[in-house]
Amino acid sequence: MSHTVEIDRPEHYGMIAEFDSPEALMAAAEKTRDAGYKQIDAYSSFPIEGMVDALGQKRTRLPKLILTAGITGMLTGLFLQSWTAASTLGITIGPYMFYGYPMNIGGRPMLSLPNFIPVTFEMTVLFAALTAVFGTILLNKLPMPYHPLFNAERFSLASQDKFFLCVEARDPKYDREGTKAFLEGLHPDAVEEVEH
Amino acid sequence: MADTPHIKRSPDAGSSSGKLTPSYLDPDYQVMGEGLTYKSVTDKITDIVLKLKTSKGWWIGFGLSFTVLQVLVVSIVYLLIKGPGIWGVNNPVMWGFAIINFVWWIGIGHAGTLISAILLLVQQDWRTSINRFAEAMTVFAVMCAGLFPLLHVGRPWLAYWMLPYPSTMGVWPQFRSPLLWDVFAISTYLTVSVLFWYLGLIPDMATLRDRATHKVKKAVYGFLSLGWRGAAKHWDRFTTAYLILAGLSTPLVLSVHSIVSFDFAVSNLPGWHTTIFPPYFVAGAVYSGFAMVLTVLIPVRHIFGLHDVLTLRHLNSMSKVMLAMGLVVAYGYSMEAFYAFYSGAQYEIQAFQNRMYAGPYAWSYWALILCNVAIPQLLWFRRFRTTLVPLWMISIVINIGMWLERYVIVITLNRDFLTSSWDFYSPTIWDWSLYLGTFGLFFTCTFLFIRFLPMINVFEMRELIHHVSHHHHVEGGHGADSHEKSVAQS
Repeated sequence: MSHTVEIDRPEHYGMIAEFDSPEALMAAAEKTRDAGYKQIDAYSSFPIEGMVDALGQKRTRLPKLILTAGITGMLTGLFLQSWTAASTLGITIGPYMFYGYPMNIGGRPMLSLPNFIPVTFEMTVLFAALTAVFGTILLNKLPMPYHPLFNAERFSLASQDKFFLCVEARDPKYDREGTKAFLEGLHPDAVEEVEH
Repeated sequence: MADTPHIKRSPDAGSSSGKLTPSYLDPDYQVMGEGLTYKSVTDKITDIVLKLKTSKGWWIGFGLSFTVLQVLVVSIVYLLIKGPGIWGVNNPVMWGFAIINFVWWIGIGHAGTLISAILLLVQQDWRTSINRFAEAMTVFAVMCAGLFPLLHVGRPWLAYWMLPYPSTMGVWPQFRSPLLWDVFAISTYLTVSVLFWYLGLIPDMATLRDRATHKVKKAVYGFLSLGWRGAAKHWDRFTTAYLILAGLSTPLVLSVHSIVSFDFAVSNLPGWHTTIFPPYFVAGAVYSGFAMVLTVLIPVRHIFGLHDVLTLRHLNSMSKVMLAMGLVVAYGYSMEAFYAFYSGAQYEIQAFQNRMYAGPYAWSYWALILCNVAIPQLLWFRRFRTTLVPLWMISIVINIGMWLERYVIVITLNRDFLTSSWDFYSPTIWDWSLYLGTFGLFFTCTFLFIRFLPMINVFEMRELIHHVSHHHHVEGGHGADSHEKSVAQS
């Protein structure tokens, strides 16, 4: 059996089963997870609450990244202003040296923190928002113009009104016949093998 | 009928019609028409982009907008040749139309963020069919707004001087000035709005990619979709990021208009130096923004037959938000007047007397009160909130009123501390043409958006169908409890 798997791997990406509703997909995902499959994924045209858990995947670490970025942005904004507007500190970057240039504006104190709040806040939001968007895109490994799943005949419906469960060939438990039989046991509308 | 199985959760529910009407709701209060399915709603919205022949109405609208856009081009070119002297700005009224139009356009943009972010956080499901459109409006409105300060600096090609970069001149931006805060606020706002908009578009781009039959369209939408597949983990990150972005955008939008109001409030000028400015500017921004969404959406809804996704429920809810914001703004006006007189400061009192009756521009103050305070009270009546033509007219009146509000504030300067420095301000033809031209920019972008991108968020509509049908068949499966809330609160 394991011999078959070795041969199958390069040829196939995996096996997809098509479902008609998010509930059916969710139930199928749970059963597949409980059957011991690890390399599985579910595809839908809108977010389904709890699907990540149903597949046995971990929740995203994006919130921590965004928080870190926000704090970084805040410190950057605060530093930028305190340095340039309240000190003559010289900073060397490569062959260049940059200096702060404090100016007396209306007799306000050099380190006029209340005046620095708006820019600090905007930098916080900017860094966090950039991380949220590019974090989502890059952690999702996008852009990825080609993906084996796009070879599947009916997969284009995954972005419209159908729901797909995929068991990938790299799963140790994957074998062509057995997995196919297992997926068919979940009462999908169709089961299809996906070529690389 | 072929589509009905998609929304049937349990075969025993006995609703072979597959209708999505939550029975306990007033028909006017549905967030969408009856009988919509994942497929029908997807087809309906994406067909506008992919299949429908470009309508005559679109060509007329686009042609007109594009013509007006040329007015903008001419106005900018002539301005760059001659300098801001072609405008009516003078010594007491140094900002004139540039700041009026800047604040007006920024305010309009804020509705988009409010609808997409704040209403998402408070789980208002009626936002779904208008948020994409409102977000697009935000982006276009902020583009129009940004033009004014950029051109008002006189030499826009040196505008990068405002950015904090290590220059050979050795100086840095003046971080204690509200005008610099504006640079950061507006550029951050534009960046975040564009990103928020694009992130929401990615799954819909994938739908368009998969539905497109034309090779070029498939390639372009495929490129824009970045290869989105809708995997569970993709959605997990997507929804997490979307929610956090909404959480970030909410204080951002408040900060942006507060900072815009600081342009006035931080200065030591009578009629400007008030602490009420930030909150009432924010309310005014939301007010004008909702008005603009209605002004544009009511005709679009009619032209594209979107009655079942943009229902009277949406118009009704938006009208209520407008009414509430109008009352906040009215409170702002009264407090402004009260504090002017209560302050005992003679310049403040005089500025207000000029504004209300003694000055040459008192007409504009009363026109403002008429447009922003008096006429919108009609929205207390349900009939005015749900009848299209009157509502559309009220929304236009509010747009004019909000423009007048900024006009009144800016024009107050024509009589400042010293009588010897008093002067009249009157806009020239180039002030008007630049303002008119930005409408060309705004509507050209809007028409292109309507034609080439899905103007309603398709994946969220499918999600909404999922939630609504869940409520209909409560017994059906996972997550029903959490989904109920969002439907039930209407």
